[in-house]
Amino acid sequence: MTTSRNKPDEAAALSLTDQEAMATGNRPPSWLASAGTKKFGITVLGWTVALLIFFPIFWMVLTGFKTEAAAIADPSLIFSPTLESYQAVHDRTGYARFAINSVVVAFGSTLLALLIAIPSAYSMAFLPTKRTKGTLLWMLSTKMLPPVGVLVPIYLLFRDVGLLDTRTGLIIVYTLMNLPIVVWMLYTFFKDMPKDILEAGRMDGASTFQEVFFLLLPLTLPGIASTGLLSVILSWNEAFWSLNLTSSNAAPLTAYIASFSSPEGLFWAKLSAASTMAIAPILVFGWLTQKQMVRGLTFGAVK
Amino acid sequence: MNKTRASGRTVGGLRTLSLQAPAVTLLLLWMVIPLGMTLWFSFQRYNLLMPGMTGFAGLENYQYLFSDPALWAAMGNTLQLVGWVLAITVVGGTLLAVLFQQEFAGRGIARVLAISPFFVMPTVSALVWKNMMMHPSNGVLSWVAETFGFQAVDWFSSLPLTSIVIIVAWQWLPFALLILLTAMQSLDEDQVEAARMDGAGPVAIFFFITLPHLKRAISVVIMIEMIFLLTIFAEIFVTTSGGPGLATTNLAYLIYIRALLDFDVGTASAGGVIAIILANIVAIFLVRMVAKNLED
Amino acid sequence: MATLQLKQITKSFDDTHVIKGIDLEVNDKEFVVFVGPSGCGKSTLMRMIAGLESATSGDILIDGQRMNDVAPADRGLAMVFQSYALYPHMTVEDNMGFSMRLAKVPKEQRRQKVLEAAKILQLEPLLDRKPKALSGGQRQRVAIGRAIVRNPSIFLFDEPLSNLDAALRVQMRIELARLHEELDATMIYVTHDQIEAMTMADKIVVLQDGVVEQMGSPMELYHHPRNRFVAGFIGSPKMNFLDVELDEASPEGVRIRLPGGDACTVPVDGRDLAADARLELGIRPEHLQLDDQGPLSGEIQVLERLGGQTSLYVQMGELMVTIMADGDVAHRVHDRVRFGFEPVRAHLFDSDAMALPSLHQHPLAGLTRQDHRQATESSGL
Repeated sequence: MTTSRNKPDEAAALSLTDQEAMATGNRPPSWLASAGTKKFGITVLGWTVALLIFFPIFWMVLTGFKTEAAAIADPSLIFSPTLESYQAVHDRTGYARFAINSVVVAFGSTLLALLIAIPSAYSMAFLPTKRTKGTLLWMLSTKMLPPVGVLVPIYLLFRDVGLLDTRTGLIIVYTLMNLPIVVWMLYTFFKDMPKDILEAGRMDGASTFQEVFFLLLPLTLPGIASTGLLSVILSWNEAFWSLNLTSSNAAPLTAYIASFSSPEGLFWAKLSAASTMAIAPILVFGWLTQKQMVRGLTFGAVK
Repeated sequence: MNKTRASGRTVGGLRTLSLQAPAVTLLLLWMVIPLGMTLWFSFQRYNLLMPGMTGFAGLENYQYLFSDPALWAAMGNTLQLVGWVLAITVVGGTLLAVLFQQEFAGRGIARVLAISPFFVMPTVSALVWKNMMMHPSNGVLSWVAETFGFQAVDWFSSLPLTSIVIIVAWQWLPFALLILLTAMQSLDEDQVEAARMDGAGPVAIFFFITLPHLKRAISVVIMIEMIFLLTIFAEIFVTTSGGPGLATTNLAYLIYIRALLDFDVGTASAGGVIAIILANIVAIFLVRMVAKNLED
Repeated sequence: MATLQLKQITKSFDDTHVIKGIDLEVNDKEFVVFVGPSGCGKSTLMRMIAGLESATSGDILIDGQRMNDVAPADRGLAMVFQSYALYPHMTVEDNMGFSMRLAKVPKEQRRQKVLEAAKILQLEPLLDRKPKALSGGQRQRVAIGRAIVRNPSIFLFDEPLSNLDAALRVQMRIELARLHEELDATMIYVTHDQIEAMTMADKIVVLQDGVVEQMGSPMELYHHPRNRFVAGFIGSPKMNFLDVELDEASPEGVRIRLPGGDACTVPVDGRDLAADARLELGIRPEHLQLDDQGPLSGEIQVLERLGGQTSLYVQMGELMVTIMADGDVAHRVHDRVRFGFEPVRAHLFDSDAMALPSLHQHPLAGLTRQDHRQATESSGL
């Protein structure tokens, strides 16, 4: 998005230098050459840094296609790729079960959070009262409660009501964990929606429900979608509650991957294959929503 | 119905209340009940392994905790972890933001690659680093070191906390980059050009224009990272389990040990209260900043 | 038939009183313009008429019926928003037909009504487009079309031209005036631009700080402003104000002493003036005439030549006076000039900034645009 925004500037700059080059005659001015070198340097530097940061992920993906023997051999880019680790992860460790847990928990908690948050965000954005600001800030402050501070009571409560190691339990925790961010993001998206349009709808005879259904939701759908995606990402990657509240039945992928940490046997290829599968969808979601994520993660403090 | 519709937002009070009720109630319960319980437990003698021993403990748990060298070690580790990761991510993030703000071929893709680690689940990044990067004999880092004729480092035994810092910094550097890059884009291009007309070079522009512009975003990054870094858990859980000894035990991990390994609910809760207090000190500043932003 | 009455309308948000008791009557088929500086309450007033805002106290009557508690859509009004407020995800046709869709009007009938309105506004080729694919002027017309389709008894316009560029604004102004005639509907129009008010209104309502400063035909407001605020607000360039000394006041006129020392009798009723009253003289730039024998003088600071007219900004002591003169004046900057005015064109304001009542009613002050219309109709017969 940003690149496209900068394009016209770039084009303008280019045409300007062209004009100047023409104006000054046949030879381009000397600084143009140094600018070219500078640009080349930045390109190299930018790509080097990006690739270095990305390298562990790249390496992990690569290792997933190696045999176990090749995985622990000296690092090498040349090997004969195989899907045997993927096969093994799938057949022997029951990857699918954990993946299903992750999907159910992440999407279930996101849907629930959206359902609870939409009416709340609607009223905050369109029917503000003197307390609205305070409520919003209070909601944010609950997000700042360190989970470890309430680990003990939540663990005991869950044990007593039989929610330990259940998907329902995780869904409840993740819904509440993400609710402040979801309310906040929806609120900012709703707030960006021109009030006039809803008022025009009211003049046209729309009821509150019709207002929301015909106007608000269709118009803020991209915002709602990216809010949902952020919530899915956060739930998917959450590793404190999943490690502490689940053991085998409801364990999502975070907990499953953690089980590879046991020192007996180094199954790097299988770990890599499982990890690649676990992060691939989220990586794509993350790339798609990076812009809106900033809004959600900083509570709008950075624009 | 007609009445509410016609007079619109003024009668909205009741509607507002009913629309917000579910979210507010749930969050209130989510906050008050566990918080109250943590506080309550922290004053109780309560160990799941010793069912007979219950009752009011007063400040006993806190006394016990504060006299426990493990707490001070954990506090020290927490501080070091937070401090180093913050230093690396903020300085690195700022420099990277400047770099990725420049025009270059394939910048969009390079940016996407650079922010990717943030979307990797903590258990995956920790294990990938522990095994494939930092393994003393088969890891990429040791291979690189040996290739250039250096001694391979056994990261997790000789530099355990540093290893954790590296992993966590790798995860959070993209966060800082993402936020600061966004903030950078709101920098008025005219301002930079005006500075250039005034004779400012790239370095002067960075220090006099860019950095002041990023000040607010940087403080947001610091505060948000602090809140998350104070309770880093999964990365330690899957790599060092707090060891060797207490070398990588932070506050969160200590509470976990006390609660779910020793089943000492009382002490663990006292630790939880401390963690909450620490997080709140940061949170107050963050909430204030957000509140200020809500005004405009 | 559509009339509107406001009786002692007030509006407060918490402790701020935005509208402080307004009485107003809008007659059938009248084009009424609310004008005033930003923050004067004109938009709030319109939104209360629309039903988007509730009145804190007072009555809103449409065709004699109290409407305070009636939903916006049921008041028989249509509103054109400043931002047009088109539904971005709907085509032009769906935008215009939305109200009928909500009212469950059959599709055929809907389409026919939309087509009718589209024809009036020349929107037919655009019916399948989304608002994004329209120009500013086209969006404006769609917004008006959406209002027409509802067949309202009263049209409300909230600064509808402020988002258009200058040339388009002039064009839309003409189009709106034409539309008013064609639809023969009652229209209420909010603007901060006094030129829009002057050109379109049958009746102008000048608002400031939540109160009506004056209400009347454009010519009445121009020639007989009730107070200094209205005098300064209506007319462009702004009226000049000079401090003058009172010489003698009587019911037949007020003799004043001008800054240069010359005396002059203004034909206004001065019977209520105190002997030591502080007076201000108001003269519009177009009523000041360059005149070598004139009682006033000053040095030209800036000259703006528009071709047909020239604006002179003349320094008179502390004061800068604007004079609209002929396009052919040969003066240059820093020339000293003398100028004067016809006393009947001058206004006098007392220490409360109220205008002293003029003794000569301007012949056009009672004229409204509607009179024009009737005149042309009868001449056609």
